[in-house]
Amino acid sequence: MSKGRFGIYGGQYIPETLMSAVTELEEAYNHFKNDPKFKAELNSLLKNYAGRPSMLYFAENMTKDLGGAKIYLKREDLNHTGSHKINNVLGQVLLAKYMGKTRVIAETGAGQHGVATATAAALLGLKCEIFMGKEDTQRQALNVFRMRLLGAKVNVVDSGTQTLKDAVNETLREWSRRVKDTHYVLGSVMGPHPFPTIVRDFQNVIGQEVKEQILEIEGRLPDVLIACIGGGSNAIGLFYEFIQEPNVRLIGCEAAGHGVHTKKTAATLAIGKLGIFHGMKSYFCQDEYGQIAPVYSISAGLDYPGVGPEHAYLHEIGRAEYVAVTDNEAVEAFEYLSCVEGIIPAIESAHAVAYAMKLAPKMEKDQIIVIGLSGRGDKDVASIARYMGVEIYE
Amino acid sequence: MNKLHKAFAKGKAFIPFITAGDPSLETTRELVLQMAEAGADLIELGIPFSDPVAEGKVIQSASIRALSHGITVDHIFSMLRDIRKTCSIPIALMTYINPIFAYGVHRFLNNCKDAGVDALIVPDLPFEEKDELMPFCLKCGVYLISMIAPTSDKRIHMIAREAQGFIYCVSSMGVTGVRKNISSDAEQMVRLVKEVNDIPCAVGFGISTPEQAARIAKFADGVIVGSAIVKIIEQYGSKCIPHVIEYVRTMKKAVKKG
Repeated sequence: MSKGRFGIYGGQYIPETLMSAVTELEEAYNHFKNDPKFKAELNSLLKNYAGRPSMLYFAENMTKDLGGAKIYLKREDLNHTGSHKINNVLGQVLLAKYMGKTRVIAETGAGQHGVATATAAALLGLKCEIFMGKEDTQRQALNVFRMRLLGAKVNVVDSGTQTLKDAVNETLREWSRRVKDTHYVLGSVMGPHPFPTIVRDFQNVIGQEVKEQILEIEGRLPDVLIACIGGGSNAIGLFYEFIQEPNVRLIGCEAAGHGVHTKKTAATLAIGKLGIFHGMKSYFCQDEYGQIAPVYSISAGLDYPGVGPEHAYLHEIGRAEYVAVTDNEAVEAFEYLSCVEGIIPAIESAHAVAYAMKLAPKMEKDQIIVIGLSGRGDKDVASIARYMGVEIYE
Repeated sequence: MNKLHKAFAKGKAFIPFITAGDPSLETTRELVLQMAEAGADLIELGIPFSDPVAEGKVIQSASIRALSHGITVDHIFSMLRDIRKTCSIPIALMTYINPIFAYGVHRFLNNCKDAGVDALIVPDLPFEEKDELMPFCLKCGVYLISMIAPTSDKRIHMIAREAQGFIYCVSSMGVTGVRKNISSDAEQMVRLVKEVNDIPCAVGFGISTPEQAARIAKFADGVIVGSAIVKIIEQYGSKCIPHVIEYVRTMKKAVKKG
């Protein structure tokens, strides 16, 4: 069995053209993650540039309104660039710079990872190209302009379903053309080893902070952690520190789209089958012949037919639970959090909020839920307006 | 009985690639039979996959065309069994690991054996992961072809030592597709392979002209051409056969000169 396994999941299923690049990356990561200079520089960027630690906010109105468990929001939406993506990106782009790379490339779905990568590349002086599905460039036109403003070249991907999966295909193809000067900043805990481990380690800061903050505020650990999950980077970032704490329930919310029993869904762990794609063994939405299925969600960031291998493992051993949240439920939660707390969540994060709204009333008042609020919703305002039948002009 | 050795037994081999089911399985079947007649030494037949990450635009489009006609692995195996009634040219199937995995590895290899498939080429299954297929390939007498790339460097000896059938040398970085200039890395790759294993080396990726093919054939045991042929198929559709055959004849001649 090859390297980078979580149980049977993970591995390195990529063309030979990329093997030297992932090996080089693994060696560099293992070296620099313990390098005092690298660590100090990354910590300084996280603190002074990204604005960490992010707040753990007690959502008092929501708690009172739902009448059950106490609800805390881990405010990754307040990070620079507006989501948790910056944590991983600062780590990887800094690593690329230490490796002597002069150019970074990345895929993006909603545009959050693309914006974060373009931002870090601008800051650290690397050239940057982003690959984004054509359909996503239309859903998230503002983020496309943002990336260009940050000096990145945005390549519109018109192959396949023209969404996140195709953007990953195209970024992998581009990487295989130019491994010598280019690092692929993969945006989630997916792809070939070492990416699932590197991205998890860079996102682990979320859960580490939550642990410290909740112990300080409440003097005890939370009962439930809830996060949305596409590839699964913000979820693993929130969960990882708590995996060894058996009394903390971990719940990942997949995008059900129109519902898990319809064709318009992206709930991989609910309907996917074991497969091997994008460098990893994991679960994928696919047909009986192993062709990757077109998936759908209102959220461009969760619109992916696979799931990170560590989540597949946590699912298999029953350590984490995975539930599916529909477009409708997510949009309701999007409006709810906006009205009740004055916080407009990313439509991705709204999937986690939606499940908390179901769960909290069934829990005791002295119990605690922490929701990973992975991003802010400014980018989604126009598309939510359209969903509700309102035409607005930006 | 595996027939792969026949491909390299009569001098330099010409290896055309086509995607099964593009534009139709009937055309694919005819192409295989007539390319064999026209001097192809081994045929690389692609099973279409929705997300072929090692392919350029031309072969991506061929996969999409084939899939849009509802072509499945079962259809392809049944076509191959039909071909085997009259034709014994060595055949290598090229596809990605997920279609094989989803079909069931054991079932897939048993079908390969029944349909007279001699080798498998799986671009997203590198050396480190070959155990997904190797035990079943050995059991069914189907070669799992190893690939090496310009960045393989230190990996070449490791891969070559365990390689079987032939080695697929990727001439240049990136994905499949016609290129004006073929890098000179390939010659060095072949030399490194031969240091540890006396195994045929076929070079592919980017080759389209007789001049390129002749130059490659000077140092390699075989020349693989895909996108250039798939382009002809794309252009002429169901009327592609005479055009493809003429091209195969020209390329074969160039390779023999090498």
